[in-house]
Amino acid sequence: MEFIAQHPVLVASLVKIVILLVILMTILAYLSWFERKIIAHIQSRWGPYYVGAHGLLQPLADGIKFLFKEDLTPPASDKLLYILAPFLALTLAMTTLALIPFGPATVSIFGHETHLVVANVDIGLLFLFAITSLGVYGVALAGWSSNSKYSLLGGLRSSAQMISYEVSLTLSVVGVLLLAGTFNFNELVTSQQGYYFHFIPRWRIGPQFVGFLCYFTAAIAETNRAPFDLPEGEQELVGGFHTEYSSFKFAMFFMAEYANMVTVSCLATILFLGGWLSPFPERWTFMQYLPVVSLLALAVYLAYDTAVNMRGLARFQLAVVTVLAGGLGLLCLLPAVMPVIQGPFWFTFKMGLLLFFYVWTRSTLPRLRYDQLMSFGWKLLLPVSLMNLAVTALWIVYPLLVKRG
Amino acid sequence: MSLLFVLFFVFASIAVIGAILLIVAREPIHSALSLIMVMVALAALYLLLGAPFIAAVQIIVYAGAIMVLFVFVIMLLNAGVEERTNWSKIAKFAGLPIGVFLLFELAHWLARSAIGKSIANGSEATNAAVSTRALSEMLFRKYLFPFEATSILILIAILGALVLAKRDE
Repeated sequence: MEFIAQHPVLVASLVKIVILLVILMTILAYLSWFERKIIAHIQSRWGPYYVGAHGLLQPLADGIKFLFKEDLTPPASDKLLYILAPFLALTLAMTTLALIPFGPATVSIFGHETHLVVANVDIGLLFLFAITSLGVYGVALAGWSSNSKYSLLGGLRSSAQMISYEVSLTLSVVGVLLLAGTFNFNELVTSQQGYYFHFIPRWRIGPQFVGFLCYFTAAIAETNRAPFDLPEGEQELVGGFHTEYSSFKFAMFFMAEYANMVTVSCLATILFLGGWLSPFPERWTFMQYLPVVSLLALAVYLAYDTAVNMRGLARFQLAVVTVLAGGLGLLCLLPAVMPVIQGPFWFTFKMGLLLFFYVWTRSTLPRLRYDQLMSFGWKLLLPVSLMNLAVTALWIVYPLLVKRG
Repeated sequence: MSLLFVLFFVFASIAVIGAILLIVAREPIHSALSLIMVMVALAALYLLLGAPFIAAVQIIVYAGAIMVLFVFVIMLLNAGVEERTNWSKIAKFAGLPIGVFLLFELAHWLARSAIGKSIANGSEATNAAVSTRALSEMLFRKYLFPFEATSILILIAILGALVLAKRDE
């Protein structure tokens, strides 16, 4: 107890890390369900359906499957690096989320003033880029250490792609940085407060729309997702850099990919979509009931679905989900919880929208050819993001020059 | 012993171990990875010194960009295992003693210098974090000319690489 009293920051951080990890793990698991379900519906299929109601227990089944599969290590591989690579990929992908603020700078939870972020770093954005720039190693080392031609080619392709698109990714963000004048995530969000005509939010996506497009395109390539998922182009490379991986090591690459998707969406939310800020003006106070109303509406719909469409075990499972959604909605009604939940609600909403966009692109666009990918990155995306940067810089400097005469 | 002190020794020893592994490792890719280890540890040391910007840039530029190219080249060329030699004669009889001597001399003068004394006295002069704003003002006002000159230097290097890589037709 003495230790806790002496290091309040350390203990608070540890508690936050544990909460974040639990939430993140759940999100990562259910992101795969979300993706499979949405792609299936876009392509007129049902998607996961048999394990649990609406396939809701599918992630659990997948997890158990990964754990119990035989963990093969190719005999001619570089053992150390072969084991290190998936750990590197997953750790780096999850570390970045410690920097993301999910709510306003200070909220009071049971009387304690705290931040809804694990580490409020002054140069948060740079740190995030520092960590993600190391992410290439996971892929490159996995490809190299497997000692297989498919893996090596996949790893090479993938690292080349990640290096190429990292340039555009970073450049497209600099425009936002110029406008905000800070690296700190909290300040980046609060600098987007205010409204045009008293109701259109002043988010950076307005002045930086081109930047947003560049950022998101580059981000899709950076996370190796379709239509830029060449590193694992099944038709050419079997499984790309993770061809030789099996069991839980494969699952780790899988989770790292999803964690990267989450990070990239979080970053886009903070930089371009106003982070945790509500899209509605503050004078519309009734909007703070939106989280409650949406959760309760979900509960009502689920209750209807449970009663009408489900039979047997599935009915019981969906009833549990219904109670969870309804309970969460009622919990948000508590006066202690209501103000705290607003920020995370809008943050999650925007992030979910971007994740949906990710899945949407994957299910509709065909994969690019390798030369198309490279020429797109270097000859279109890079010049456009450079132009965006130049125009933004001129936009900022011009008034200063005029004033000086 | 403060937490910072402990952290310094942790990261310093990681850096030293990485540097030793870099030389000892026989696989080129292990050497490259050890170098990355050194760079990340150095970044952590910069962070402890109150220079977060330098720390982040150290990782982004060296570990994230330059070393990726190193690893890339090693992967592409598929460089094999290094051959072991029994130290060359010059290294054995001249290099090793001179190296040890230089190390001791460095330690000696560091201990006697003003910085060394201030560290020994426990005054942590450098502990105030340098803001990015202060750094950039220094870079773009006071040292603008060297900064621009460096960028031209890098441009020349890029052009040189282009000329070398271009095939004669």
